Amino acid sequence: MLRGFWKLTWVETKVFLREPLGVIGSLGIPVIIFIVLGRAQGSRTLGNEAMGEAPFNLPILAALFIALGAAVSLVAIISLYREGGFLKRLRATPLSPVTILGAHVFVKLVLTVVGLALLTLVGRRFLPGAMDVDLLSFTAALLLSTVSILSLGFVIASLVPTARFAQPIGTGLLYPMIAVSGLFFPLEQLPPAIRVVAYGLPTTHAVSLMQGVWDGAGWGAHWVSVVALILIFGVCTGLSTKVFRWE
Amino acid sequence: MPSPVMTVSHLGKRYGSTVAVKDVSFDIQPGEIFGLIGPNGAGKTTTMECVEGLRRPDRGQITVLGLDPQRDAAELRTRIGVQHQEAHLQKRIKVWEAVDLWASLYAEVADTDVLLSQLGLNAKRNAWFVNLSGGQKQRLFIALALIHGPEVLFLDELTTGLDPQARHAIWDLIRHIRDRGTTIFLTTHLMEEAERLCDRVGIIEHGELIEIGTPAALVAKHCPERSVIFTSDEPDVAERVQSVPAVTSVEHNGSTYTLRGEGEDFVTDVINAIAHQSIRIKGFRTETPTLEEVFLKLTGHGFRD
Ligand SMILES: Nc1ncnc2c1ncn2[C@@H]1O[C@H](COP(=O)(O)OP(=O)(O)OP(=O)(O)O)[C@@H](O)[C@H]1O
Ligand SMILES: [Mg+2]
Repeated sequence: MLRGFWKLTWVETKVFLREPLGVIGSLGIPVIIFIVLGRAQGSRTLGNEAMGEAPFNLPILAALFIALGAAVSLVAIISLYREGGFLKRLRATPLSPVTILGAHVFVKLVLTVVGLALLTLVGRRFLPGAMDVDLLSFTAALLLSTVSILSLGFVIASLVPTARFAQPIGTGLLYPMIAVSGLFFPLEQLPPAIRVVAYGLPTTHAVSLMQGVWDGAGWGAHWVSVVALILIFGVCTGLSTKVFRWE
Repeated sequence: MPSPVMTVSHLGKRYGSTVAVKDVSFDIQPGEIFGLIGPNGAGKTTTMECVEGLRRPDRGQITVLGLDPQRDAAELRTRIGVQHQEAHLQKRIKVWEAVDLWASLYAEVADTDVLLSQLGLNAKRNAWFVNLSGGQKQRLFIALALIHGPEVLFLDELTTGLDPQARHAIWDLIRHIRDRGTTIFLTTHLMEEAERLCDRVGIIEHGELIEIGTPAALVAKHCPERSVIFTSDEPDVAERVQSVPAVTSVEHNGSTYTLRGEGEDFVTDVINAIAHQSIRIKGFRTETPTLEEVFLKLTGHGFRD
């Protein structure tokens, strides 16, 4: 069924690119946030050596926006396809359910990489020094984070009642996670109850892993974040197979 | 007699506390067009989806092409074609992309160019799904269902919302597909469709199959009454035809007479009587009940839940 997987991936990519709002939301907004805030912060403070002066790490924020945008778009697409009977229609073909959803995840991961590449290019052009990081390692950290966040997206997609509410519910549940991710202030400052919640969210571990990579630490030093992201992926995937609705 | 393509026996399916299908049993023979008719919510779609293997029945046995739709789902999916009620594709997928995607899902596929032109979709190859008319969407769904040359085709309300031209074109197409050896299981709300297209129909109500047979047999069984309507200016016509044995009632309105009766010889007897009595008539027609009358008689009038 590999042929079906690639065909579906390719078709979904084309269909996505024809949706102007989707492209702006998933790629345009993170890049705009990156440039506008980067200009405001002053590009000098963004470099590796000056991190201490910046209020928060802007590239990580932009990267998180890319990952969360991908998840919101996934929630919207899945609920739209479910409501239109498209998921059910595909299930009546030899494609396996895993292949169908896997193609969607794959498209979102490619989109994430494209988004990061855009950030890098834009950063090099407009915010010198802003993207000074081991790009390979950072990309890997972002991809792992995205996979984990997307799996949470599947759980949310199973819960939204109708496609009309998918976008607002997805946005309302996913984006606020940034606030308690440790990006803006240390987790220790949070009330204990909220801190517990924060540790259960993929964004928190995503920030800690990406910050670690940013600071030049090896992955070994951040194995807790890696394990946490994988664990969240496992739990959410397990939960999705129980609660996912095809129609 | 060849063995049936599918056998459904004592199928039962509920959603929570709603009993969608109570007890449904029927067979479909090879090369047959079988139609399920019934009011809204009667359980047609549920029955069909259990047969396709998309829903797990609570009770009963189903065999399709010798396969168990649940256990042998993977093999069954390569051998059946499915068109769902109210389906959609991605809004901005192009017609050729949808066909190409579907073609990539099966090991053996028909010539997609031929298929598209047979369905009159060639001019729309590059159109987005959202920009197709209702009839074009339906034809695309039929194309997708036919792409792998399925042995059994499932069609859930395939002509709902189409204009008469499109409907007739699709009926011709379905007959053509059947003539090539495909067995067809469809549901419909259009009695005209059931009567013209189906070899046999099953009438389902509240999850139970209440009648099954050829349209003609069902009409003969439940609505055997025929009418002869003619006009004549001659005097005492009513009295002169009253004596025909098969006639049960005679009504007249001015010069128009309506004779009702039952039995195969009724119309012949009336004609003979008219000829015998040398009644001069100006107009003559007969009325035979249709499947629609049978349907309304068996399922009652008024709205359903
Ligand atoms: N997914 C579902 N969840 C809960 N109830 C359902 C579901 N699908 C159908 N039902 C209920 O089961 C009953 C049978 O529905 P079904 O769709 O099989 O009817 P139908 O004969 O196809 O009707 P229609 O002519 O309107 O398409 C209805 O009462 C319906 O409300
Ligand atoms: Mg239905």
